[in-house]
Amino acid sequence: MSEPAAHVVILGAGHAGGTAAALLRQYGHAGPITLVGEEPIAPYQRPPLSKAWLKGEADADSLALKPLEFYAEHDIDFRPGVRAESLNRGARTVGLSDGATVSYDALILATGARAIALPIAGKDLAGVMSLRTAADAEALKAAIGPGKTLAVVGGGYIGLEVAASGRALGAEVVVLEKEDRLLARVACPQLSDFFQGYHQTRGVRFELGCSVTGFEGKDGHVTGVTLADGRTLACDAVVVGVGAHPNDELAKDAGLECARGVVVDLDARSVTDPAVFAIGDVAHRPMPIYERMFRMESVPNALEQAKQAASAIVGRPRPAGECPWQWSDQYDLKLQIAGYAFDTTEILVRGDPAAAKFAIFHLKGDQVQSVEAINAPPEFMMGKLLILSRKPVNKAKLADPSISMKEVAA
Amino acid sequence: MAKITYIEHDGTEHAIDVKTGLSVMEGAVKNNIPGIDADCGGACACATCHVYVDEAWLAKTGERTAMEESMLDFAEGVAENSRLSCQIRVTDDLDGLRVTMPESQH
Repeated sequence: MSEPAAHVVILGAGHAGGTAAALLRQYGHAGPITLVGEEPIAPYQRPPLSKAWLKGEADADSLALKPLEFYAEHDIDFRPGVRAESLNRGARTVGLSDGATVSYDALILATGARAIALPIAGKDLAGVMSLRTAADAEALKAAIGPGKTLAVVGGGYIGLEVAASGRALGAEVVVLEKEDRLLARVACPQLSDFFQGYHQTRGVRFELGCSVTGFEGKDGHVTGVTLADGRTLACDAVVVGVGAHPNDELAKDAGLECARGVVVDLDARSVTDPAVFAIGDVAHRPMPIYERMFRMESVPNALEQAKQAASAIVGRPRPAGECPWQWSDQYDLKLQIAGYAFDTTEILVRGDPAAAKFAIFHLKGDQVQSVEAINAPPEFMMGKLLILSRKPVNKAKLADPSISMKEVAA
Repeated sequence: MAKITYIEHDGTEHAIDVKTGLSVMEGAVKNNIPGIDADCGGACACATCHVYVDEAWLAKTGERTAMEESMLDFAEGVAENSRLSCQIRVTDDLDGLRVTMPESQH
């Protein structure tokens, strides 16, 4: 597939798709590149939408991955506002929502994931929002401020980031979570407790173990959230952040093997069709350090897989295996997470949660599987290296913050 | 606006006009310069925008922040003139700045 004139078609112009297009040119791909995106604007960074951008600390230009001119200057045929509607793998063509048909030599599926909507009464009222796109973020920003009450359904990372930004903008914030703790799907109880306390001190209210049954409205706009226990909590806006679903329908309809997303190999290549790649939130990919396959929703994953696919297409060596990671900013907290806590046998806390500077290590025997670091970059950085190397650690040293991370790993 | 020269590890130079107010990292990424990954987009969370600042420009680019310092401590090939380029804000004073990228950002 490294023939110089190969036409690469990328479906999805998010962080993964936009990066793949730019990397193909950076790696010297000379053939045509078509980048198809459903949103009306050029690829941009989503993480700031719930953080710096929402608080007014970043503008639209700084969100853009590249300036709009970049695509024309680098001979990338960027088609905004267009969806892919069909995929014919036999003919190697994609049918688009504007009626066009494009043929490809290599196809990269970078269609991402969409926010899961709650199938409950009032979900279509104005003011009930999700946060996925720049347009979503504009709507949210307009709806919150002093004197407003924001209800956040879902106590995951997006919900907590929005809660922190909402407080920074002067809104009252209540977070509704169906589990009995925050971050239940993604973090350990120690971290859940820490975040709950930190947010409560800054004025966020929590309703845990709480089942949302519907939204009430007046004149078509949301006015409250109804709960299974009969209460109604008044609010001016709602953000629903209860997870995302991969946009893999096109792939499924075309007969590509999908699990929780499109199943790919270490080159991000579909296991069903060597001419098709899938990257970012839509891919179900192997992660050798954990000897398993799964789907990740993170920018570092999108970038890594963009590198894998672009490398395979131009015939560069595959990038060295990575340690997956992600981050979150809330108030003055920088949370950096390395790895995933699979098969762990022990949790070890290093540092003092009360001082908001600590790290939680998830161990499998004496190997580090994952680390969640709060305002603790050395623990994050060294944790990442330890996860990747699979090197055993001395747990007594690791638990002692007076011993530096360099010495722990030595 | 400041002209910044980004030098790849193999010596390839890219002279770019970067808008005041952007970071040195953003100047590279928005122009598709190889060698600066910037995985976190400038949140000072990843240390993949490591550069070596030309000695003559060290004073003008300022001091490392505390967070930057502790991230850099674990980056590969760190030297006295290492900075995270997301933490250097472009001003007119930086017209002529030269930075060199390390062999790898991991």
